[in-house]
Amino acid sequence: MQTVPERRPSSNADISEEPATTEATPAGGDQLMVVPKSRVGTRDNLLADRVFQGLVVLCAVTILSIVGLIVFELLHASQPSLSKFGFRFLTRQIWDPVAEDFGALPFIYGTIVSSLVALCIAVPLSVGTALFLTELCPRWLRDTLSLLVELLSAIPSVIYGLWGIFVLSPFLRVYVEPFLARYFGWTGLFTGPKYGWGMLAAGVILAIMILPIIASITREVITAVPRVQREAALALGATKWEMLRMAVLRNARPGIFGAVILGLGRALGETMAVTMVIGNRAEIVKSLFAPGHTLASVIANEFSEAVGATYLSALVEMALVLFVVTLIVNALAGLLVWSITRGMPARALA
Amino acid sequence: MPNSSQNISLHRRLSNGLALGLITFGALIVTVPLFLILGTVIYRGASGLNWAFFTQIPKPVGETGGGMANAIGGSVMMLGMASIIGIPLGIGSGVYLAEYGRNKSGNIVRFTADVLNGVPSIVIGLTAYAMVVVVQKHFSMLAGSVALGIMMIPTICRTTEEVLLLVPQSIREAALGLGIPRWRTIVSVVLRTASAGIITSIMLAFARIAGETAPLIFTALGNQYWNTNPNQPTAALPLQIYSYAQMPYEQAHQQAWTGALVLISMIMFTVIVFRFFAGRGRIKGAS
Repeated sequence: MQTVPERRPSSNADISEEPATTEATPAGGDQLMVVPKSRVGTRDNLLADRVFQGLVVLCAVTILSIVGLIVFELLHASQPSLSKFGFRFLTRQIWDPVAEDFGALPFIYGTIVSSLVALCIAVPLSVGTALFLTELCPRWLRDTLSLLVELLSAIPSVIYGLWGIFVLSPFLRVYVEPFLARYFGWTGLFTGPKYGWGMLAAGVILAIMILPIIASITREVITAVPRVQREAALALGATKWEMLRMAVLRNARPGIFGAVILGLGRALGETMAVTMVIGNRAEIVKSLFAPGHTLASVIANEFSEAVGATYLSALVEMALVLFVVTLIVNALAGLLVWSITRGMPARALA
Repeated sequence: MPNSSQNISLHRRLSNGLALGLITFGALIVTVPLFLILGTVIYRGASGLNWAFFTQIPKPVGETGGGMANAIGGSVMMLGMASIIGIPLGIGSGVYLAEYGRNKSGNIVRFTADVLNGVPSIVIGLTAYAMVVVVQKHFSMLAGSVALGIMMIPTICRTTEEVLLLVPQSIREAALGLGIPRWRTIVSVVLRTASAGIITSIMLAFARIAGETAPLIFTALGNQYWNTNPNQPTAALPLQIYSYAQMPYEQAHQQAWTGALVLISMIMFTVIVFRFFAGRGRIKGAS
């Protein structure tokens, strides 16, 4: 079992109101102020208190203004492209820096498809890992295994990219892609020349990169499922798997969904590793063997060489699209995870 | 376990075994990429590891030898400057959230910090470009540091809040009861008690930004030579790995792998130290 079951997730959005008092929280900040003020507060101390509070409030305000600045800069810098193309920007396939005519559709397509491929691979594996770590794993193995999964998230994305270029792509080209083409070629997803790099490689790399985050949040959510649910299922004669399925997974479902969406948020914005293996071609092709492009990778590739106001602002507008999409995705994920881990007794969902 | 009972049908026993087997298999297979990546980085990186790598600047393309001393130095300087920006702001806002922010405005800050945490690093790079590079009219180490510093803030902020909330309320009350002013209570008692946890939060943030490449591409830009001036473009280890990986020369690839080995050792070292602190302080950060 984990240490504190109700611990909130640390790095994702808990939105809307938090319960006003948590375990170790003062009942309300201001009441504490009152005590020293009336008894022992000298003028200097009160002033120092004010100054200190002012400083930490300033730090907090800085966070607000940074996010405000990001929004402002993105809107401001993408203005030429926004006014020139409007909403058509999102639905057009053209990418012509010479004629200064731009549309983001191939990049949006590439971002979505590579992330979906990643989710298809990562979700079963990471939910399995979380189940194994919380429910099945022998004690001696648990710490080692969770450390290993955690280390996976500490590898920088440029090293994933390096590995993707020199190890993963040749492996995919020689072993995996011929296999997929032979047995699943009829789906139309696995046809065409086999380069190794391309949409499939990007998906696989992304899957490895988002595994740890999905696994660790799923673990947290599973741990929050009350023990009695498990005991009740077992007492009714369920096998271990039936217990996991009916008592654990069913109760944790919204939270696991949240973890998956959070992983999606990471995948959408991931830049370096994808840029290095996806092949960077702005085309919409059904086959996953084909090279593609994502919103993040086109910015990384072309921004420092872009000339002309429209070209630059088109790239910034893609960043804006990316920002808005990840914002929505992360907020949704935070809401879902929070609904499970806020410490409410989980209800048995019908 | 109930499945040893005779009453359970073959079908249920089989599906139980199959499912548990698959779960175990899945969990074990997840560790395979880690070993593959670490193994490759060590195997291919170690052969290029020599003294020159740490002391010399890159040789022109095609020539053998040379090192990444300027990139390592540039990374260290930028991480230092990013820490100057990120650590005080992160801890300060974490203190705000834990000690003053248990209310509506605290929730707004909390939500905003989480938003900032989720912003893709390339978007933060673009913002730093617009804020610093456009104003200064040239790429610079400062711009890179600003981008990295911004990325540190939410991680440190939220983890600091979490560890401060773990400090028992009675300790605060004891200090206040002795007539110690509130700010002094927070600085000398609460922060002191949670210091192990805060150090781990800093390391966590450090490990996160040490390998960041995307926000540096159009801020720090990269440089073939030494640079110690904050207002000039500078080399960084991840940037150097990125540009070498895309060159068509075996020699450059070798340098990229060795750079990867150095980078990953730096980060793994930080993470393992972090785990050590986290275990000792009984305060878990984000994991």
